[in-house]
Amino acid sequence: MALLRGRGIAAVNYPTGMNLGGDPSQALIHSTPTGAFMIVLSSVDLGQGLRTVMQQIGAEALGVPFDQVHVQTADSDTGPHCMGTFASRATHRVGNAIINAANEAREALFEVAAEELEAAPEDLETDGEGNIRVKGVPERSMSITDVALAAHFKHGRTISGRGMYIKPKSDVDPETGAMDPDSTEAHACTVAEVEVDTETGHVRVLSLRSAYEIGRALNPALVQGQITGGAWMGVSHALYETTAPYYPAIEHSPADFTNYLMPGAQELPEIESKVLEIPSANGPYGMKGVGEMTANSPIPAIANAITDAIGVQITELPITPEKILKALEERDAQAQEAA
Amino acid sequence: MTTQAKPFDVIGRSQERQEARGHVTGDTIYIDDLKFPRMAHMKAVRSPVPHAKIRSVDFSEAEKVPGYIGHLTHEDVPKNTYTILTLIGVEPDEEKVLAEDRVRYVGEPIAVVVAETEQAAFEAASKVKLDLEELPAVFDVEEALKPDAPVVTHWGTNYFVYEGHECRRIRYGDTEKAKQEADHVITGRYQMSPIEHAPVETTGCIAKPEADGRVTVYTNTQAIFFTLDNTAIILQMPTSKLRFIGGTVGGGFGGKVDVITEPLATLGALKFGRPIRYVYTREEEMQVSSTRSASRIYITDGVTSDGRIISREVTTYEDCGAYSRHTPYGVTKHAANAAGPYTIPNVKIDVYCVYTNRPPSSAMRGFGVTEASFALEMQMDKIARELNIDPWELRLRNAYRNGDERPYRKITQDATLVETIQAAAEMAGVELSAELRAMSSNDREGVN
Repeated sequence: MALLRGRGIAAVNYPTGMNLGGDPSQALIHSTPTGAFMIVLSSVDLGQGLRTVMQQIGAEALGVPFDQVHVQTADSDTGPHCMGTFASRATHRVGNAIINAANEAREALFEVAAEELEAAPEDLETDGEGNIRVKGVPERSMSITDVALAAHFKHGRTISGRGMYIKPKSDVDPETGAMDPDSTEAHACTVAEVEVDTETGHVRVLSLRSAYEIGRALNPALVQGQITGGAWMGVSHALYETTAPYYPAIEHSPADFTNYLMPGAQELPEIESKVLEIPSANGPYGMKGVGEMTANSPIPAIANAITDAIGVQITELPITPEKILKALEERDAQAQEAA
Repeated sequence: MTTQAKPFDVIGRSQERQEARGHVTGDTIYIDDLKFPRMAHMKAVRSPVPHAKIRSVDFSEAEKVPGYIGHLTHEDVPKNTYTILTLIGVEPDEEKVLAEDRVRYVGEPIAVVVAETEQAAFEAASKVKLDLEELPAVFDVEEALKPDAPVVTHWGTNYFVYEGHECRRIRYGDTEKAKQEADHVITGRYQMSPIEHAPVETTGCIAKPEADGRVTVYTNTQAIFFTLDNTAIILQMPTSKLRFIGGTVGGGFGGKVDVITEPLATLGALKFGRPIRYVYTREEEMQVSSTRSASRIYITDGVTSDGRIISREVTTYEDCGAYSRHTPYGVTKHAANAAGPYTIPNVKIDVYCVYTNRPPSSAMRGFGVTEASFALEMQMDKIARELNIDPWELRLRNAYRNGDERPYRKITQDATLVETIQAAAEMAGVELSAELRAMSSNDREGVN
């Protein structure tokens, strides 16, 4: 027996959003009488942190502190339309909708502030700390709370905004396949190192080193969460998971996690990542979708590393010990025949 | 490369996720935490075989189970035959909310029973007697396309029809001619496994009838309005009668874009006048809920001896199972990405959405693209080995550049594959040649 080491690489693109039927999302923003901003959506947070990122985008676009913004989602009676959370679309579509809504709300805010501060709206700016001031004259300033109070109780105005973003429908040419299916492309490149035990067929992924280009990391910790989760899923997809262990046969279909195998903490490799930020043309603040893609480059990188280690390419997932041992037996049988 | 000059105040910082503490302490409220007075429980009666005619369904023993309230069959469902992508104009309607005269996969729901407790609902479902006449079944995508294969669909062929074609096609340049000109023709066959979304929180909802005649549905769908609209279509009721509340989901990965539990729970709420809880068990989540498609991908590349890929042909068979759900869409996404992030002047792609007697596959993380990346990146290494070219160099020389046209005739913008590869090489301590290090996504220097 031997422990064979191999290294493999894989480079991938990943499209942000999937549009063929028209892909819209909307956002509504309003201020409470005391200047807290409520972003109302019908978008769904799957656990990846959508609410937090939307709160950040809203605060950035409004020019107010993070804690002054709240996100309410997802109730069909109050939240405006969102297509849903899938296809790495949510931050792109909903983020753009929030920026548009925030621009409208900010315009209303500035109009009221302009009257209160006796200045032109275009001469005003937010300081990011909850105040509006005249550009270049910081002492002519008032808090957004006071502007909101004035709007509600003196001017009889709402401080609110409606935002919409749509990627228009793109029909596919049935003959050539010409289409415009997505908004931008994120990229990843993974280098995997594995160790294959030729006696048991067991594969240990030693390390995954990856570079990701995602336009803009709006929340670096949440990006890291996606990267780590995706790397884990990549390991799992490459080596462990299947609902049909002897595909296409339907027997032995697992019913729970005792026979649907996934890697545990012990099987996790060393994961190192680098995030490149090269802003996209149309994502909010230049972002590209990082949601789905993080599982994609580890899978072929691990498969290629196994080929590098054992000299045989196994092209059916998952690459189980059983498949490795069979491949090694075939290789040895062929070598014997040749000799 | 552009960099934004404006400093940001809020984005670019790692704000703590708003719900994180609730998630790790167990304080977050999920569907399973909701309880309503008089709430009843729904469970499905499922097919034990992959393909059969339904002769009869007998509820008489189930009705004797203490706590039994009632059942629903296809006769109760106003529009029992549907297709989930009807909202974007996809045809034909094909999937049965509840099976009528035929079941097409193990686990296909034939009826649902409603009972006072979850235990009673399980027991009642197990006592429904099915009289089934088994039919020959097909489980392999290429077997399913053979002329004598058992027919899964109601229209007679085991493939989805794309505007008169049996597959989604990309035609770019002339691959036949280019293959003749190539120094090497390299082929590969790649098989993706079907996998489960395996969310921590299983798929489910609670539908609660309200005093004003509306129904409130608490759901863990990934798409509130998409699910609401499909529910209204299946139940043939005005959308204004429905209110969907969700937004906090314990993992989706694409599996909760299918609309499965909401129509039946809502129908139950209307029929029995009680809040109805319909939540998948782990076993249902594993065996009945949709999976990733088991794609089989064939690639034929024409390559010059200095490592330029001048022709790529890809034929992919996506296994959608017994009903296509979101797969027709994923097939198109696959077609767009099946040549990979490389500039190849001649491309021919055929992607089939194939019906088999397996549980339906549907959207899953990376839908259409994960399998393309898997196959293409193994193929790239195969080319590198056969031509004895450095795999880094092969990728960098063929990587798409901004301004290049993709096979689906979109001009590339936002390409950064070259820079991403260069960064990964540096991380891995791989010394690229000066020529490769000087490459950029913004020009074709060093490529031709």
